[in-house]
Amino acid sequence: MHPNMKPTPIKAKFFTPGVFVLCLLALNGLVFLAGRFFFGLGSVTNLNDQYPWGLWIAVDVAAGVALAAGGFTTAALGHILHREDFHVILRPALLTAMLGYTFVAIGVFVDIGRWYFIWHPLIMWNGSSALFEVGICVMIYMTVLYIEFLPLVTERFIGKVNLPGALRFLNRPVDTLLRLLDRGLGKTMFVFIIAGVVLSTLHQSSLGTLMVIAGPKMHPLWQTPVLPLLFLLSAISVGFPMVIFESMLASRSFGLKLEMDVLSKLGSSVAPILGVYLAFKLGDMFIRETFLYLQELNTASVMWTVEVVLGVIVPLRMFLSRAVLRSPVLLFTASALVILGVALNRINNFVVAYTPPYEFGSYFPSIGELSVTIGFTSLLVLMYRAYVMIFPVISLPDSASAPKTKYAIRGGK
Amino acid sequence: MKAQNRRAFLKTAAAVGTAAAGLSTSTAKAGPKNILAPDRMGVLVDTTVCVGCRNCEWACKTAHGLPAEPLETYSDRSVFNEMRRPNEAALTVVNEYVNPKNRDLPFNVKVQCMHCDHPACVSACIVGAFTKEENGSVIWDTDKCIGCRYCMAACPFQIPAFEYLKPLDPQIRKCDFCIERTAKGQLPACVEICPVEALTYGPREELVQLARQRLKTYPDRYVNRIYGEYEVGGTSWMYMAGTEFADLQFPKLGPTPAPGVSEAIQHGIFAYFIPPVALYAILGAIMWMTKNSKEEGL
Repeated sequence: MHPNMKPTPIKAKFFTPGVFVLCLLALNGLVFLAGRFFFGLGSVTNLNDQYPWGLWIAVDVAAGVALAAGGFTTAALGHILHREDFHVILRPALLTAMLGYTFVAIGVFVDIGRWYFIWHPLIMWNGSSALFEVGICVMIYMTVLYIEFLPLVTERFIGKVNLPGALRFLNRPVDTLLRLLDRGLGKTMFVFIIAGVVLSTLHQSSLGTLMVIAGPKMHPLWQTPVLPLLFLLSAISVGFPMVIFESMLASRSFGLKLEMDVLSKLGSSVAPILGVYLAFKLGDMFIRETFLYLQELNTASVMWTVEVVLGVIVPLRMFLSRAVLRSPVLLFTASALVILGVALNRINNFVVAYTPPYEFGSYFPSIGELSVTIGFTSLLVLMYRAYVMIFPVISLPDSASAPKTKYAIRGGK
Repeated sequence: MKAQNRRAFLKTAAAVGTAAAGLSTSTAKAGPKNILAPDRMGVLVDTTVCVGCRNCEWACKTAHGLPAEPLETYSDRSVFNEMRRPNEAALTVVNEYVNPKNRDLPFNVKVQCMHCDHPACVSACIVGAFTKEENGSVIWDTDKCIGCRYCMAACPFQIPAFEYLKPLDPQIRKCDFCIERTAKGQLPACVEICPVEALTYGPREELVQLARQRLKTYPDRYVNRIYGEYEVGGTSWMYMAGTEFADLQFPKLGPTPAPGVSEAIQHGIFAYFIPPVALYAILGAIMWMTKNSKEEGL
């Protein structure tokens, strides 16, 4: 624990060559997205009556939810288990989860045929539908994430509200509102933090229930009644690697010093979690004897092998090694492999494993689908960059931080 | 039906139990209408009788206000060269398969929604837009649907079709068992027009008896099986065939209802909200204890 580390808005130039490329990718995605809204889903995607769900559901939604798991795993670690030594990663993880879920919601919004009815599940309930449960939990959890982010807003703006021009008369009321929020949230935040963890456990597992109803349409290598448990375990196991991955990317992008001791300590708990996931995954395979399907050489068996060997076994071995935990490059690689493995698992479950009874051709995402997914990912990275430059998310050594106006003012009240 | 009785008994028992606890089942369980009436209707399709005139395709389109070619054009048999599926523009289609015993008498199979007794779409639909009605039909409420297409992923028969090229108000389309016609006492359009009585409309129970009788009377004509009697827990539409159903591209399905496992998991995770609330309490306790131990340590 560094007592002198303090979350601070990062001072840097927003536009760099990399940011410019991301802007182009985002723009390209938005152009294809416009096509979807003017000419229908079929004009941009390769979806059809045989393959109703494709890349957007598998990656933007399912993988998006899983990769945002850093939010609830670190919240459990830092706030529920009170591990103060991990506090520097809580805010970056929270921001990733908040933006991640925002893009999950946007992903759902553009994928459903009647986007203007996206609010229907709020009042039209179907308790037996796994999708209903996922939808409701994601909606509530996203709200909880925004509430958990509010203290960063109050911290940044209390005593500094400075609205432009005609809105100036609002400065005082907004400041009062922020102070009220700050005081109220300080006392009630624990309710939201626990709720966030419970909601995540629920919908991460229910996301696995989704494809159970597809029954024999899904390849036996993935179709199992324990899918919800596997989804939950894989989501938990990808939480810390995701935090390590994005901390390293952010540090590199802004030229900050790596918090290697915190990241290595975080990395050291990945192996046991990943091990539990692997044990359940292989245990289920042996109980159902689905390893027989690995004898055949086809897309399913290759994809399963890549997912498990490259995405689980290799990083598991890596995280067990002290040398890997100490080396930034190897730690980054191992984390990236876990992320790849879980993303691949979601793609496999929702696309590769799905075989329609009447198939007129196989599904591969269109240029439009790929463009939109890449565009959304770029937008997410751009927003992350903007947020850490506006709000106190990333911790810096205190000497480099901005003057502590907030505390001066709060001390006076 | 034994299962029906047991189900009814369980329902009553549950109703009594919850009523005693001061709750009514209707408020405790939010979900779409999913009735399994003992006198629900069905259709028996005899694929050995069907001649492939495709008049049912025309009648279906006309009855549902879908654009249809003139009836004469439906005698064109070249469409049978390819296997077709129902889609957003045709809620039923007829396919043709070679008869291994007699090449001049091919098998024709009409395809449409099977109207399952335990429909996956009803269980899956996020907003409960699908319902299983008292007369056996599985229908879809356009006002609720959000177009998520989970019903299509769930359906074991690959039936619901979606209007992919409509930017606004795209519809899920599938056979609705002519619910508007049957409500007025008319026959489903396809049953009414069929010139050879390949389709028999009636209470499902009676249709099963009828099919069994035919199997007994003409054992050489049919394979000894009624497709849909037990598949995915039973369907309102049932088929008889002169060759193995797999050769006619019927999906191989077990007797368990399609939503069975999924609903069991779903209701297990949410059993009266006990697991989530318990988890919340446990996490709260851990949070409180670790906080106290930290403070004592300081």
